[in-house]
Amino acid sequence: MTMIDVAALDDIPRDGARVVRTPQGCIAIFRIADDRVFALDDRCPHKGGPLSEGIVHGAQVTCPLHGMVFDLATGLAQGGDEARVATYAARVESGRVYLDADFMARRSAA
Amino acid sequence: MTWKLVVIGAGMASGRMLEHLFEAGFDGHVTLFNAEPRGNYNRLMLSPVLSGEKTYDQIVTHDDAWYAARGVECRFGEAVVRIDRGRKVVVSQRGETPYDVLVIATGSAPFMIPVAGRDLPGVVTYRDLDDTNAMIAASGPGAKAVVIGGGLLGLEAAAGMAARGAEVTVIHLMGHLMERQLDPAAGYLLQRDLEARGIRVHCKGATKAILGKGRVEAVLLEDGTVYDADLVCMAVGIRPEIRIATDARLDIGRGITVDDQMRTSDPSIFALGECVEHDKQLFGLVAPLYDQARVLAATLMGQEAAFRPVQTATKLKVTGVDLFSAGDFAGAPGREDIVFRDPGRGVYKRLVVEDDRLIGAVMYGDTADGAWFFDKIRTGEDVSAIRDTLIFGPAFQGGASADPLAAVAALPPEAEICGCNGVCKGRIVTAIEGGASTLDAVRTATKASASCGTCTGLVEQVMALTLGDGFTANANPPMCKCTDHTHEDVRRLIKAGGLKSIPAVMQELGWKTVGGCASCRPALNYYLLADWPLDYRDDRQSRFVNERNHANIQKDGTYSVVPRMWGGVTTPAELRAIADAADKYAVPMVKVTGGQRIDLLGVRKEDLPAIWSDLNAAGMVSGHAYAKGLRTVKTCVGSEFCRFGTQDSTGLGIKLEKLLWGSWTPAKVKLGVSGCPRNCAEATCKDIGVVCVDSGYQISVAGAAGMDVKETELLVTVATEDEAMEVIAAFTQLYRENARYLHRIYKWVAKVGLDWCRAQIVDPAIRRALYDRFMLSQSIHQADPWAAYAERPVDWQPVADLRLRAAE
Ligand code: SRM
Ligand SMILES: Cc1cc2nc3c(=O)[nH]c(=O)nc-3n(C[C@H](O)[C@H](O)[C@H](O)COP(=O)(O)OP(=O)(O)OC[C@H]3O[C@@H](n4cnc5c(N)ncnc54)[C@H](O)[C@@H]3O)c2cc1C
Ligand code: SF4
Ligand code: FES
Repeated sequence: MTMIDVAALDDIPRDGARVVRTPQGCIAIFRIADDRVFALDDRCPHKGGPLSEGIVHGAQVTCPLHGMVFDLATGLAQGGDEARVATYAARVESGRVYLDADFMARRSAA
Repeated sequence: MTWKLVVIGAGMASGRMLEHLFEAGFDGHVTLFNAEPRGNYNRLMLSPVLSGEKTYDQIVTHDDAWYAARGVECRFGEAVVRIDRGRKVVVSQRGETPYDVLVIATGSAPFMIPVAGRDLPGVVTYRDLDDTNAMIAASGPGAKAVVIGGGLLGLEAAAGMAARGAEVTVIHLMGHLMERQLDPAAGYLLQRDLEARGIRVHCKGATKAILGKGRVEAVLLEDGTVYDADLVCMAVGIRPEIRIATDARLDIGRGITVDDQMRTSDPSIFALGECVEHDKQLFGLVAPLYDQARVLAATLMGQEAAFRPVQTATKLKVTGVDLFSAGDFAGAPGREDIVFRDPGRGVYKRLVVEDDRLIGAVMYGDTADGAWFFDKIRTGEDVSAIRDTLIFGPAFQGGASADPLAAVAALPPEAEICGCNGVCKGRIVTAIEGGASTLDAVRTATKASASCGTCTGLVEQVMALTLGDGFTANANPPMCKCTDHTHEDVRRLIKAGGLKSIPAVMQELGWKTVGGCASCRPALNYYLLADWPLDYRDDRQSRFVNERNHANIQKDGTYSVVPRMWGGVTTPAELRAIADAADKYAVPMVKVTGGQRIDLLGVRKEDLPAIWSDLNAAGMVSGHAYAKGLRTVKTCVGSEFCRFGTQDSTGLGIKLEKLLWGSWTPAKVKLGVSGCPRNCAEATCKDIGVVCVDSGYQISVAGAAGMDVKETELLVTVATEDEAMEVIAAFTQLYRENARYLHRIYKWVAKVGLDWCRAQIVDPAIRRALYDRFMLSQSIHQADPWAAYAERPVDWQPVADLRLRAAE
């Protein structure tokens, strides 16, 4: 897996997110209260809401447009909604955030 | 021939290693070097020495007799400066010492943050007896000490000096104390306990410089705060002490690299303790070091042994502070939290379960079950069968449950329950004990909940507590799934308990989740901001997107920007600036709104700071068209131009908007001011409406024209503009202080009654006090958010753009 350095951890607010632009659309990088990071498509499967702008609570995010809640690790909608957002591998090392780059290749091949 | 073992460093690790070695019958010759002018002592116990609970003599682990009996040649006060691996000798002040086998156990060195003044006399670290003695000498009654770093060591230093009578301030960079071991809730409790001992805690504090002429005098923080100091203890972290190993070109990472047998890259050199790195891991607590000592002794005796790091648990050695942290307690997907809070006893427990196994625990206030949980973490046993009662520990395998009344039970008798009539818990209890057994009887006896009624829930809880089973409270729906309390109860308890942060509210009111949810977080943020304008700092991450970005999000993720247009009046210059901005940022639609403003719809997020600063430059501030706050004051032309106008409705509308803008409210607030009863500004369907008449101003409130449509009701009629302004600010404050989050004024008035509102407003003293509190809050919150955020435009951009990379 190729991991690309995309940001300093401190660029992302705790309980918040920042966005990485990719040819396949934006990816939201979330940083939760304990400094773990998660990467998900920045598009809500409901009507495309930018998940990066949602309120983060624990390891979940609430979509800012109509309030669907997603688990940040699995991308699965919570509370009975049937939906899933694509997730990508991301990790923190020495204060930098790394994102799995292979998804780009995978996606354009698919 | 006996072999020569040389040990560098007489610390916790090497001391234990020597014990194992001699117990196993080692018969070689040991030379023990130590930079400190003394032998092995229990470093952990320096904290009790500092606080005065122990003396140095009591913490010595190996005395002269012990070394003598084993023929250990002690070279204390003599640092090894070089290792000559080729000739197998170590070099120290007194010359060379040959070895067959060398053990490096040099521990760590405290890290100093590189700020000006760190070399001043009076700045110490916390590592050895000399540091401890320096702190003891400097911390008599009246002395002022500043500790930089709110981790384990810093807090033990702070508590120790405080115990000796010093006035201690702890400066911590992060949002809560001991953030590596504790979550915010436990960190809050710890801070509360330390503050109760007179230790001042300053979180989110970055040290800028240590000040003083010839000796330390004060510490300056980045935010400008200055704390006087006779002594500064820097406890911000440690680094493995690897200098001699580096010079000797042993393999090193962050520490000296060792294998499972504690062997370095040189087969005759071993290392253990805090100076080593094993499998990319460093060690900072003694438990794993003791394992290393056992493994190394066995290896040296030719036995087979391998070091496997195990989980360690943390405790803070401050008498009277009970905390425990073990394993991985970070919240993460797939992990479930089990939370128990007992506000009455100041207890917080949190377990983290993953795949039916306990993987982490944080506890505060009651750590009796720590060992039991720690064992479950280590063994990784399946806990699914006992999950429901796990948090109650081994004793409670029947299962107690969190008590929804605990927060009220914990309140002291003087805590105010009814804000309107100033009735405290003690008086209500006395009335109940005096025979008042129904809500009406309590109301008659004390007046509690007899006015606006929002504290009814709390009064009922006090009754339930006092009368026990004899009383059942009316269950109102709780605020959200995170708590059993209603919005109204939470508001009252925040005030009664003096709670000033989100973690404080969650702990003291027994929140059932770790960090709340998207529904309670914004509400709590508002309540704290409204109740403690001077103390509370807005939590941006607890705000809904529109308020966080100060613009209204649209269905495609772009935003609409509405500059303030006071009273709906604009100028050619403002219109020109708006037109220029619309052109420059290619705004897809410019629309006149229903509230007499101009809306720029479809602005991209990354353009927001730039468009803001352009509009700011033209003298315009945010219209807060996205806020739970003052939106618009709609006006008509009034007496200035209209043939029917009785007063200057436009002028009053502008004044009102300038008075009220920037205030955060439970839900949005819209005003209208009409110049005569023809009411062209539709004032009588607003949250607050003013209709001008010949004799003055009719102020009416609680209108609605959205999902509900309702005409306003008359609050008061006043003669002058000044009175109108004071009444409206005071009424807004009454609403800010009492309504539940997201209730518009008409919903709130329907609950508390217009008569009660009017009674507050017509009483000159109450009205003035409300007005003053409103103005105090405005002194903080009436600031244009655009100006502040436009300073860091990069925060609004994507952090990275990978589109180019893919094109390569
Ligand atoms: C821009 C505007 C429509 C227009 O083009 O004229 C507008 C646009 C929105 N209104 Fe409105 N309302 C606008 C005037 C009104 C009015 C009339 C007025 O202000 O005189 C009302 C009825 C009065 C009232 O406030 O109740 C009104 C009642 C609502 C409601 C229902 C509120 C209620 O309690 O019943 C909502 C929903 C809400 O707030 O939860 C709402 C929400 C919205 C939101 C913010 C929906 C949202 O959350 O995204 C719309 C934002 C559109 C966007 O993408 O920017 N809008 N909305 C008007 C801006 C007024 C201004 O200058 O600030
Ligand atoms: C105040 C305090 C409280 C603590 N409380 C706890 C606790 O409650 N629980 C816990 O698990 N841990 C605690 N620790 C951490 C624990 O003390 C350390 O993990 C442990 O002491 C490390 O052991 P060590 O042998 O690696 O190093 P040390 O004990 O530091 O010993 C290293 C020795 O080597 C000497 N030395 C260094 N370089 C040279 C050289 N070139 N030549 C000769 N000598 C040299 C040093 O002077 C020092 O005496 C505490 C530490 C401190 C300072
Ligand atoms: S009425 Fe208001 S909320 Fe509804 S579509 Fe129009 S602007 Fe949006
Ligand atoms: S777009 Fe996310 S919930 Fe509708």
